[in-house]
Amino acid sequence: MFGKLSWSAIPINEPIDMIAAGLMILAVLCVLAWVTMKGYWPYLWREWLTSVDHKRIGVMYVVLALVMLLRGFTDAVMMRLQQAVSVGPDAGYLPPEHYNQIFSAHGTIMIFFMAMPFVIGLMNFAVPLQLGIRDVAFPTLNSVSLWLTASGILLTNISLVIGEFARTGWLAYPPLSELKYSPGVGVDYYLWALQISGVGTLLSGINLATTILKMRAPGMSYMRMPVFCWTALASNLLIIAAFPVLTATFAMLLLDRYLGMHFFTNDGGGNPMMYVNLIWVWGHPEVYILILPCFGVFSEVVATFSGKPLFGYRSMVAATMAICILSFIVWLHHFFTMGAGANVNGFFGVMTMIIAVPTGVKVYNWMFTMYGGRVRFNAPILWSVGFMVTFVIGGMTGVLLAVPPADFILHNSLFLIAHFHNVIIGGVVFGALAGYMYWFPKAFGFTLDEGWGKVSFWCWFVGFYLAFMPLYYLGMLGMTRRLQHYDNPGWQPWLIVAAVGVAFILAGILALIVQLVVSIRTRDHRRDHTGDPWHGRTLEWSTPSPPPAWNFAVLPQVEREDAYWHMKRRAREERRAAAEALAYAPIHMPLNSPTGFITAFFAVVTGFALIWHIWWLVILGLVGALITTLVFAWRDESEFEIPADELARIDRAHQQAYWAGSAP
Amino acid sequence: MTATTLGGHEPARPHHGMPASASAAGPAPKRIIIAYGFWLFLLSDIVMFSAFFATFAVLGKATAGGLTGAELFDARNVAVETALLLFSSFSCGMMSLAMDARHRQAFYLGAAITFILGLGFLVLEMREFADMVARGATADRSAFLSGFFTLVGCHGAHVVVGLLWLVVMVAQVADKGWRATVCHRLMCFSLFWHALDIIWVALFTIVYLMGAR
Repeated sequence: MFGKLSWSAIPINEPIDMIAAGLMILAVLCVLAWVTMKGYWPYLWREWLTSVDHKRIGVMYVVLALVMLLRGFTDAVMMRLQQAVSVGPDAGYLPPEHYNQIFSAHGTIMIFFMAMPFVIGLMNFAVPLQLGIRDVAFPTLNSVSLWLTASGILLTNISLVIGEFARTGWLAYPPLSELKYSPGVGVDYYLWALQISGVGTLLSGINLATTILKMRAPGMSYMRMPVFCWTALASNLLIIAAFPVLTATFAMLLLDRYLGMHFFTNDGGGNPMMYVNLIWVWGHPEVYILILPCFGVFSEVVATFSGKPLFGYRSMVAATMAICILSFIVWLHHFFTMGAGANVNGFFGVMTMIIAVPTGVKVYNWMFTMYGGRVRFNAPILWSVGFMVTFVIGGMTGVLLAVPPADFILHNSLFLIAHFHNVIIGGVVFGALAGYMYWFPKAFGFTLDEGWGKVSFWCWFVGFYLAFMPLYYLGMLGMTRRLQHYDNPGWQPWLIVAAVGVAFILAGILALIVQLVVSIRTRDHRRDHTGDPWHGRTLEWSTPSPPPAWNFAVLPQVEREDAYWHMKRRAREERRAAAEALAYAPIHMPLNSPTGFITAFFAVVTGFALIWHIWWLVILGLVGALITTLVFAWRDESEFEIPADELARIDRAHQQAYWAGSAP
Repeated sequence: MTATTLGGHEPARPHHGMPASASAAGPAPKRIIIAYGFWLFLLSDIVMFSAFFATFAVLGKATAGGLTGAELFDARNVAVETALLLFSSFSCGMMSLAMDARHRQAFYLGAAITFILGLGFLVLEMREFADMVARGATADRSAFLSGFFTLVGCHGAHVVVGLLWLVVMVAQVADKGWRATVCHRLMCFSLFWHALDIIWVALFTIVYLMGAR
C-alpha cells in the first residue's frame, strides 16, 4: 500500500536530525499560524500564490532563495564545526553517514535552491521592466515554473524528516549513486527533487528568452538593451541548451535505479564516466547561468552609482555572448584526471584559460566605468567593488586549475573547494545581494537601511576571506574535500580560522535580517516617491515604486541606450508637456491563475510517491496534474481589461509625485 | 497580454514601403511569441534527445554478451513504422491547411488519419519491443539495450503524448471552435508532430541502420 514507506523512515534515534527537523517544522507552523491568525490567507492566495505578475513571481523566487540560504548555511556551519574539531582521536560530533548527507545537501541546496532561484528571481523582476514591457511572454507558465521550483525545495526538505538525503555529494556520481551502493531513498529524493525543479527552470528559461528576443518596447533594439538584459538572455539561452542534458542524465540514472538498466553501472557494459561527462555538459554552463546575470547586476550598479554610462557597452555585450558559447566547450576540465589523454586535456585546458579573456574585459570595463566618475558608495556598489577584488582572485586560481598537470595535484582537494566558493560567493552571492539591495526599493517602495547593508557587506567580505583563504593553503598541503575526520594535527589551526570566518559570515547574514526588519519598521521615513531613488539610467526607474501590475501605462519609446537617463536629460518643461499629452488606451492583463500552484502540488505528490514506490499515488498525482492542465486549457477568460481612465489616473498621480519629489 | 503600443493600434510603418524593423515595432504579435517560445521548447527537447543519442553512440556495442542490434532489428518492421510516421506528418500538414481554411470536416478527417497512423506506429513499436523482450533482450540485459529502449522509448513516449494532445485539440475545436488560443495550440501541435519526425529520421539512421552493422 505505501511502498517502501514505513514508520522506520522517521529518524527517531538521531537527535541532531530530530532537533533540526523539529525546529524546521516549528518554524513552518509558526508562520502558518501567524498567517492564519492575521487572516492573511485570502490576500496571500489572491495576490501572491496565484499571481502571474512577473514582479511578484520574482519576489517569491528571491524569498525562496533567502530562506534556502539559511538552510544551506546551517549545513555549512555544521561542516566547519565538525572539521574544526575532528582531528586524531576526536571523532567530532557528526557521524560519517550524517556528515555525508550534510555536504550533499549543502551543495544541492546552495546551487539549485539558493543561487538559481535568486538569479531567476532577479531576472524575472527586472528584465520586463528594463525592456519597457508589461509582462513576460507566458505569464501563467512563469507561475508554473516558480511553483515547480518550490516543489523541488519542498521534497528536499521533506527528506530531512521522512527518510534521508543523498550521501553522494551534490552531483551524485555513479557508481556510488547506483542502487547497489546507495540502496536507500536519499539519491531518489535528490533525483526527483531536481528533475521537478529542473523542468521549472527550463520553462523559465524558455519564457525569459522568448520575452527578451520577441517583446521589447518600441525602439529597444538589441544594442539598446541594458546589459542586464543581455546577460539574462545569455543565461536563459544556456538554460535552454543545458538543462535538457541534466534531465536526460538524471533520467538515465533513475532508469538504472528503478528498472535495473546499465547506463552507469560497473557491470552489464555500463560506463560511469558517461555520467560524469554528461553531468558536466550541464554543470559547466550552469555556473555561467548563475554568474552571467550577476555580471549584469554589477554592470547596472556600477554605471548607476558612478553616474556614467557603462564603459565599453559593445565589448561588454560581445564578452557576454563569447562566454555564453565558450562555456559549452570546457566541461572536461572538471575531470582532467579521467585520463582522456594529453591532447584532449590540453584542448580543454586552453579553452578554459581563454574564458578568462572576456571575463577580464568585463572587469576592466567596470573599473573604467568607475574611473573619473563621481562614485556614490551605497551598499550595492560595495558588493560590486568587493566582487571585483574577490572574483579576480577566484579567476586566477581557476586558471591555475585549468593547467592539467597542476590539476592532477589539486583535483578534489580543498584548493578546488576554495576556488569555487571564491567565484560563487564572491561572484554570485555578492551579485545577488547587490541586486537585492539595488532593486528592493523598486519592488517595495522604500529603500533598505544603508548602515546595516554596509555592516552585512563587511562581515561577508571579511568572513569570506577568513573562511576560504585557509582552504587554498590546506589544499596545497594535500587535504582533500569531504573529510569527516583527519589525522594531521597541522591542519587543525587553519580549519579553526575557517570556522571563525564562518562566524563572520553568520554575522553578515544576521545583519541582512536586521536590515530587513529595521527597514520595514522605518518604512514610512524611507518611502521612494519618485520611483527613481538611485538616479537610475534604465527604464525600470521610470515607473512608480512599486510599479503597477501593468508596469507602463503607455509603452515607452526608446531612442538610445540608457533610455531613461536620456529621457531625464531633456528639459523639464518639455518632459512635463510630453507626459501630459500621453494618450492612454485600455490594456489587457492576464488573469491570475492557481494552475501553477495546483500543478506543483501534484508534482510533489508524484515525486514523493515515486521516491517511496507508492505506485497508485504516482498515477493519482499524474492524473491530477493532467486534469489541472485541461481545466486551464478549457478556460474562457484569460485576460481582463484595464480602462484608459484608470490608467490615466494612476499614471498622472505618479507623474505628480515625481515632479514634487525630484530636484529641478 | 496584448502588445499595445501608443494608442493600441498596430505600430506605424516607415513611409518608404519597407517593413518596420522588429525592434522599432515593439512587442511582437501573440502568435509569433507563442510559436517562437514553442520553437525554443522543441530545440530544448532535441538537446535532450541528443544526450540520449550520445549515450547510445557510446554504449551501442556494449552488449555484455547479449544480443546485438544486427541480430535484433527487423528492417521491414522499421520501414513500415517510418512510412506510417512520415504519412502521419503529411496528414498533419493537411490538417493545418484545413484549420487555415476553417473547414471543420476536413480538419476532423486530417486529425483522424494522423491519429490512426500514429497509433499504428505505436502498435508496431510495441510489437517490436515485445518480440525483443520475448527473445531475452530486455532493457536490464546490457548497456546497449538500456540505451536502445530509452532512446526509442523516449521517442515513443513523445508520440503517446502527441496522440493525447491531438485528442484534446479535436475536443477543443469541437467545443470552442476556431478561437485564437485553439489555433495557436494547433500550430504548436503540428510543430511538435513534425519535430518527432525529424527525431525519428535521426533515430532510424543511427539506431537501426548504423546500429545494425
